[in-house]
Amino acid sequence: MAGNTVQLDSKTLWGGKESPFQTSYGKLMMWFFLVSDALTFSGLLVAYGFVRHDTLEAWPIGEETFNSLPFLGHGYPLIYVALMTFILIVSSVTMVLAVEAGHRMDKKGVIKWMIATIIGGFFFLGSQVWEWSHFIHGSEFGRIELMDGSEAIVKGHFGEIKNFTVLESGLHHKKGDVITDDLMHTFQHAAKEGHIEKGGKIHLHDGSVAQVNKAHDHDLELTIKLISSDSKRKIGDKIDGKEAEKLYYASLYSGTPKVTYGAPWFEDGEHWLPTKNEYGPQQYAHFFFFITGFHGFHVFSGVLINILIFIGVVKGTYHKRGHYEMVEKTGLYWHFVDLVWVFVFTFFYLV
Amino acid sequence: MERDDLIEYSLNTHHSEEHGKALRTKIWKVTLLLTIITAIEVALGAYIKQSSDVWIYVKWTFIVLTLLKAGYIVMVFMHLGDERKWMRNVILLPYAGFILYLIFIALVEALAVGEAWSGVAV
Repeated sequence: MAGNTVQLDSKTLWGGKESPFQTSYGKLMMWFFLVSDALTFSGLLVAYGFVRHDTLEAWPIGEETFNSLPFLGHGYPLIYVALMTFILIVSSVTMVLAVEAGHRMDKKGVIKWMIATIIGGFFFLGSQVWEWSHFIHGSEFGRIELMDGSEAIVKGHFGEIKNFTVLESGLHHKKGDVITDDLMHTFQHAAKEGHIEKGGKIHLHDGSVAQVNKAHDHDLELTIKLISSDSKRKIGDKIDGKEAEKLYYASLYSGTPKVTYGAPWFEDGEHWLPTKNEYGPQQYAHFFFFITGFHGFHVFSGVLINILIFIGVVKGTYHKRGHYEMVEKTGLYWHFVDLVWVFVFTFFYLV
Repeated sequence: MERDDLIEYSLNTHHSEEHGKALRTKIWKVTLLLTIITAIEVALGAYIKQSSDVWIYVKWTFIVLTLLKAGYIVMVFMHLGDERKWMRNVILLPYAGFILYLIFIALVEALAVGEAWSGVAV
């Protein structure tokens, strides 16, 4: 046996042969699974890059699309997704600390760090729910087609809608009523259907007409994203101040406005896909939901597996076995989830 | 009957207190590094516009920093750096091969599609 001087005890043998990598079967198979899963994610990201460069329409910019924080509103480019990244990195760290504690047969340490990991996983999933909800609902202004046919996204501070006062009675609302429920939703719905007139008169579904009492908008800025053949504007042009407000409301109150809010999941109840979105080409929303959704599904199953292993740790299954390799194997999967997010963060949000 | 395919065995699943201490220090150092890299990425992304002249360098900086982050996660957190050389290779080489091929074919296809588009009046 020249050249082979490694001594292995019978427990490390694979069916009579020695373990080629001096590692256990389970760990090696977990690695092979992760390689194949990594190829799947790479395929998705390469497809994303391909479609992005294949699309003529201007592709959405990460720091413009994702610039909101819960409770704080707009103007915080990429901060929220950075926070999500940080949460996932920290939960990866607590996982590696659990593995380290397992190597010392420190059951209490494993329990402590696994609890932290599981909490981190739930935090990430919760953040993703908010992120999706925000992406689906979109901004208050939406994306608008101006009267010359060019399309613009709108930034600025949307004046709060205080209420609607009914001017003409309909089926439900009587003249003089003050409506205070579901204002934003009603406003956007009416805006899409062209049911708001100049001066802010809104036609409600029950046939009544009401006055929208809305605070003044501030700092409106239109950025042209798409131009029509007879428009004099260029892609990337910015319009602000009174001019922006005039253009925006001229279109919104025109009776046939084309405005899109967020990324609705289906239109006319026909498709279960985002059909149009305010951010840019359709494919952008498709990839957003598919890639972050597929990753989120991995996080979700990772949390479930962590919980199962955690129960095993608490019951003392691995302590009796004499080693905590199961924690190490789930740890590999959990780190992989973090690893994928690092790439999604770069190629979806940053670049 | 005793089944020999169900033997529970493991290797390198234990280490001493001292080794653990050194390991923990390393883990916290890597955490700090990953956090700093993420902060740099966010700052670059938020303050440098895509229309800027230096954007192409920023883009490559992102890619390099991402690979650096990925390297630390795989080598330190996933302990691949501590495995045997050929275990490392058997995981990384096929992956690298497939990915390079995928990127290559995507770029070739992209050129073909780009050429097809350029013949179409838009």
